[in-house]
Amino acid sequence: MAQVEVTKELIARVAKNARLNLTDAELEKFVPQIKEIILDSFSKLDEVDAKEEPSFQPVAISNRMRKDEVKKSISQDEALKNASTKLRENGYFKGPKVL
Amino acid sequence: MVKREETIAFFVEQAKEDFSLVEKNLAGVITEIKNSNAKKLNYIEEFDAADVLRQVAELKKAKYKGKLFGVPVTVKDAICVKGVESKAGSKILRGYKPLFDANVIERARAEGAIILAKTTQDEFGFGTFATHTEKVPKNPFNNERSCGGSSGGAAGFTAFTKNFHVAIGESTGGSIACPASFCAGVGITPTYGLVSRYGLIDYANSLDKIGTIGKNVEDAALLLEVIAGYDARDSTSLDNGFKRDEAPIKRIALIKDFFEGCDSEVKKVVQDKIKELKKFYEVEEVSLPLNVKYALAAYYIIATCEASTNLAKLSGLRYGVQGNVEGKHFDDYFSEIRSKEFSDEAKRRIILGTFARMSGFRDAYYLKAMRVRTKLINEFNNAFKRYDLLLNPTMPTVAPKFSDIEKLTPLQNFAMDLCTVPANLAGLPHISVNAGFVNGLPVGIMAIAAHLQEKRLYSFAKVVEA
Repeated sequence: MAQVEVTKELIARVAKNARLNLTDAELEKFVPQIKEIILDSFSKLDEVDAKEEPSFQPVAISNRMRKDEVKKSISQDEALKNASTKLRENGYFKGPKVL
Repeated sequence: MVKREETIAFFVEQAKEDFSLVEKNLAGVITEIKNSNAKKLNYIEEFDAADVLRQVAELKKAKYKGKLFGVPVTVKDAICVKGVESKAGSKILRGYKPLFDANVIERARAEGAIILAKTTQDEFGFGTFATHTEKVPKNPFNNERSCGGSSGGAAGFTAFTKNFHVAIGESTGGSIACPASFCAGVGITPTYGLVSRYGLIDYANSLDKIGTIGKNVEDAALLLEVIAGYDARDSTSLDNGFKRDEAPIKRIALIKDFFEGCDSEVKKVVQDKIKELKKFYEVEEVSLPLNVKYALAAYYIIATCEASTNLAKLSGLRYGVQGNVEGKHFDDYFSEIRSKEFSDEAKRRIILGTFARMSGFRDAYYLKAMRVRTKLINEFNNAFKRYDLLLNPTMPTVAPKFSDIEKLTPLQNFAMDLCTVPANLAGLPHISVNAGFVNGLPVGIMAIAAHLQEKRLYSFAKVVEA
């Protein structure tokens, strides 16, 4: 594929997609490092002619179905155990607003 | 030469008859944990004395005395232990106490193991030197040098302890073999899918493998056989229908492409060891031109893509670090927590992986890497038609100084994984065992077998060890 241009704008956009706020200092540091990895390493695969099927796993694994059965699970209280007291209310997790 | 009296199998035999040996050994290990922590060697992330004492009391009453009866087992931080903080070396999971044991922990406990402590590691396994974390483990052979990563604490403590102990580690691209090599331990990474990943805080699902590190081959192999086996809760777990018979080893080959990239002093140690091995096996050389050229690129694309999706769930809700959500939009809240708690290394990998999966780039990077992986696996499988095992130095250098690691760019850092990444990418079982020393620093030799041929690795490594 055509050579990708790794710019500050591109990295800032990718970071935003990944829910990361980068400071200017971080951008200054990361852009050349990421550019080196993409251009000198990732892009090496351009020269390989690979028509093979992709190996999403290294060992052939087939789908296995399990029975649709109700089994014992953790209680609601237990499920909430790791939530901070501020982020649980009336047996529910509390999160930031969505709308 | 490993004496039978030095193995945990021997200890277990004795301990079944005399429980005071369990208590004595445990007291010794606990003193060492306290010493190593006091000396800031940083092998241990989390140690809960009350939890350990409770386990001992239960063990004392146990009717079934298993294969690991009374053996203290340390666990890489990324593996969930019920009620014990498990944070994969990261800040974002601070305070997370799992409600359940990982499958490997259940299996180890069922055979009488004492789950002793969590060991330090690179954040989520992101690293070759266990430096990408707050508690950086120091090499027991030279404290100015790295233990290797990412299972650095596991290998460091295994070398440090004078007592009976064995460690559970995890490898994505070399995180068991590398620290085993730098700390003169024996590290076994099994076939992908042999050991259940249920309860592993994952890095990259198609690459992660839980394995073991011990002071000798027998210890590491015993623990692996205990933790291996089918588990319905891991959709990639290999079912028991796969055959794992022991097959004899006749012909082995040094992978010359990997060998050539190593430091001359490392080459010399490995070459001398191979000369000795010629008494036992036919030894030849083999070339894997595609793997040496493309494995690192394919690996880092796949690993960062999978990591970036796995880490998407860490957003400051339900577990781990949590902040104040009042008056904040969810995007801002998630971004705030993630930006504050992820290290630079995690941020770089998330960005790389997100980039390689983005529309417009996905086919060229992510999908292409998966196709190239098929080629690379085929290249290995062809070599296994001629050879029973393939060899290379585990790492291209001895354990580097922290001051030298700081000078590496991220790409140079990735390149250190040249010898360990190909087998990991192909899901092939491999073992690292000590081959000798350079100025007092350990050098590991690595053997790779075809899928499910772990037993060949054990018998080969015992020859190297002798």
